[in-house]
Amino acid sequence: MIRRRPLLLFATLVGAVYGGRESVQGLPSPPDRAIVHVLNRIGYGPRPGDVERVRAIGLQRYIDEQLHPERIPDTGMTARLAPLSTVAMSAREITEQVELPTIEVRQERQQNAANAAPNAADPPMMDPVQQRANSLVLELSEHKILRAVYSERQLQEVLTDFWFNHFNVDARKGRDRFMVTGYERETIRPRVLGTFRDLLGATAKSPAMLFYLDNWMSADPNGPHAEMGPPRIMRGRFGAIFVPPMPRPQGPNAPHGLNENYGRELMELHTLGVDGGYTQKDVTDVARAFTGWTMPGPRQGNGFIFNPRLHDPGEKIVLGHVIKAGGGQSDGEQVLDILATHPSTATFIASKLVRRFVSDTPPPGLVARVAARFRATNGDLREVTRAILASPEFLSPDAFNTKVKTPLEFVASAVRATGADVQDALPLVRNLQQLGMPLYQCQPPTGYKDTADAWVNTGALVGRMNFAARLAGNKVPGTTLASDEPTNNLALHLGGPAFQRK
Amino acid sequence: MVSRRVFLKNGAFACVSLGFAPSFLQRTALAAGSGRSKQLIAIFQRGAVDGLSVVVPFGEADYYRARPSIAIPVPTSSDREHAAIDLDGFFGFNPRLQALEPLWDARHLAIVHACGSPDSTRSHFDAQDYMETATPGMKNTPDGWLNRYLQTRRPDDNAGATPFRAVALTSQMPRMLEGPAPALAVSQLGQFGIRAGQASDALGAAFEAQYAAAADSRLNATSRDAFNAMRMLKTADPSKYEAEHGADYPRSPFGQALRQIAQLTKANLGLEVAFADIGGWDTHVNQGAAQGQLANRLDDFSRSIAALVTDLGDRMADTVILTMSEFGRAVSENGNRGTDHGHGNAMMVIGGGVRGGRVYGRWPGLAIEQRYERRDLAVTTDFRDVFAEVVVRHLGVQDARPIFPGYGISAARFPGLFG
Repeated sequence: MIRRRPLLLFATLVGAVYGGRESVQGLPSPPDRAIVHVLNRIGYGPRPGDVERVRAIGLQRYIDEQLHPERIPDTGMTARLAPLSTVAMSAREITEQVELPTIEVRQERQQNAANAAPNAADPPMMDPVQQRANSLVLELSEHKILRAVYSERQLQEVLTDFWFNHFNVDARKGRDRFMVTGYERETIRPRVLGTFRDLLGATAKSPAMLFYLDNWMSADPNGPHAEMGPPRIMRGRFGAIFVPPMPRPQGPNAPHGLNENYGRELMELHTLGVDGGYTQKDVTDVARAFTGWTMPGPRQGNGFIFNPRLHDPGEKIVLGHVIKAGGGQSDGEQVLDILATHPSTATFIASKLVRRFVSDTPPPGLVARVAARFRATNGDLREVTRAILASPEFLSPDAFNTKVKTPLEFVASAVRATGADVQDALPLVRNLQQLGMPLYQCQPPTGYKDTADAWVNTGALVGRMNFAARLAGNKVPGTTLASDEPTNNLALHLGGPAFQRK
Repeated sequence: MVSRRVFLKNGAFACVSLGFAPSFLQRTALAAGSGRSKQLIAIFQRGAVDGLSVVVPFGEADYYRARPSIAIPVPTSSDREHAAIDLDGFFGFNPRLQALEPLWDARHLAIVHACGSPDSTRSHFDAQDYMETATPGMKNTPDGWLNRYLQTRRPDDNAGATPFRAVALTSQMPRMLEGPAPALAVSQLGQFGIRAGQASDALGAAFEAQYAAAADSRLNATSRDAFNAMRMLKTADPSKYEAEHGADYPRSPFGQALRQIAQLTKANLGLEVAFADIGGWDTHVNQGAAQGQLANRLDDFSRSIAALVTDLGDRMADTVILTMSEFGRAVSENGNRGTDHGHGNAMMVIGGGVRGGRVYGRWPGLAIEQRYERRDLAVTTDFRDVFAEVVVRHLGVQDARPIFPGYGISAARFPGLFG
């Protein structure tokens, strides 16, 4: 008896959530299992009616559509995201309206603290300026959940999550909280189906990455170097601008020497992979090549700048390639070219994508084919992604329900499955923190793990059951359930073992 | 120039016992033991703590040459507040480790310096992985070394299997405890259970039945541990916990994690292995010295551990606290008054049975030619020798070889932490 009930219950719920066509046993028919699989892997799971819609247009056509998000109308998102005012703010607006006021308040507070006796038991009240600074990451997190739940461009959202995680930055690190909004919107999302080299270059120049991996302050220890040649003309977002010769920055945070952090993670995590065949000497020379790739202070402006005074002008040798002395900013570009076209990069990126879409243990044959596609297309990520989604391994029943959902996938898919209306996503953001996946706050540059071992443990499982109970009981503030399924049945379905898989 | 120096001096001669040391610190009281089963509390400092700022080699002129702006002043410095706390005439504690000084004085705290991995990686990710699996250079080791300890020692050998035999006070299971032996990861004990108001019990029972019936062996096994744990925690009622002996835990996440370890220990739920971690050590920029970024982390770290030791009282006779970090940091400060990824580091071993008050390990020296790859503190003690000695001499494992595959465990290489 005990063994039968859950199966019957599950069957009822599958019917309720996925709708329609059921086989004799009450489980989705084989074609529908493939549809559910695709909706789970290239998106955040089926909503009521999604299986029918995909069945109607055909699974392959649905996948093709998803590979071209720019052709998918997504007008509903505008209204959903409208209340999140900081999400649409430009980098400049964020600096002027949030970061600079925060700095002023902090300086004021430090002055006050210097004049007052410290009182550890009495933490300072959160002022409106600080609240606004904190709201940046919270609103960005809300926006991420809302897109995962409601965007029609599901694959784009999955890929944005994947590539952000691949080029991870932690919003809690200093100035990064002011920069993650622009990082995801301008650096990552528009490029997830572009070329890898373009995405790599964009992250290398993004203030979020320059700050997170410390490259902004990496300098030739033998510098500073005199300004050479004619005044530079820079192309910014507002057209060409004249840049006066830069003084070497002063103060305690000013660059004093080489910092290898970016050089190392660029090869280990972003391109070649840790076994990709580089040495400590390569790390040092890559770091030297990127000296001078920096950013202005919050009062000086926004975006990437190259400061030749910080740059090490000498010759570098990277993975056997000679980068000639005197290359200036092009040193870094040459390194990115070398890395983006290196065979280890193709394999590393292929295996990560296959792990995401197909299996925790990527089939070597598929990885090899996808890596070959990467090399053949110069890292065209649309073609690379397509190679995975069109593979027999991806659509094989052996792949169905083998991956464990991450907390984000679990929460988003639960909300989607119930057809709930989210008016306020902040409580969902808090729930994700409790489930061990605070958005935009993954400390190591590795990003979150994409395998079951990271997410299956007793505490996490209890957390998921509790979230399911809250959602099913309509007790998640800001989220209203559409389902009229009895609360406990729905809780048992969403918190049960089958729903933890995708 | 100091080189090849062996540190076996007994710190107790230099130190006078302090009046406020809790009674358990008297070695006579500990010698008898309590007959309780042994416990290990592993603490991971994620992000690579700068061991040279924790246990400061103030006797090395090269230390001060390499670090013009972030060195900790010698103990005899006129700036007493910011100077190192003299341990043995050569090494000193960072002044923000003051809370641990009584433990050193009472010889319950040992340090293993220039300790680390034979692998040269300077990647946090890999180095943490190697330390947690105790298989340097091998990334495909399926389980963590603490889990292999749990596998080696069958639960019926001692207190019997309980879901709280191995607990990580973290939201994700650390690699060190991953593996086939059951372990629990929970960041807040009080929130552990099915909470659905009046329906809690019924819903919990239904969930339990559903997972028990699932063909999904992984989720099935994990859920079994979860429901067993819920039942036991309910009996123990951790919400009513109060620290003893005046232990004052910082309100930090780390302090609260250690407080919950004490709570679980004293609830007699069969806790044998506990794990907590603390981040914020990746000080590439503006590391600070006796004040600043690193010092603030050390303050939290040391006061939390001191509170745990105080709180556990005479249970420390059967407990070892072992601290570790994936690698040390470069000897020379970098261009940003910080330190880049390095190699050798300092570990601490704290407990009633520990021969403390000593810095163990051969000190390799800090002159350029004495450094690893001419930049980092060289490793003279493999971290597996420390782990293995704790496993053998403290936890009482007869044959530790399966816990450290590929490493020829030899008592001759044990630092000698337990006498």
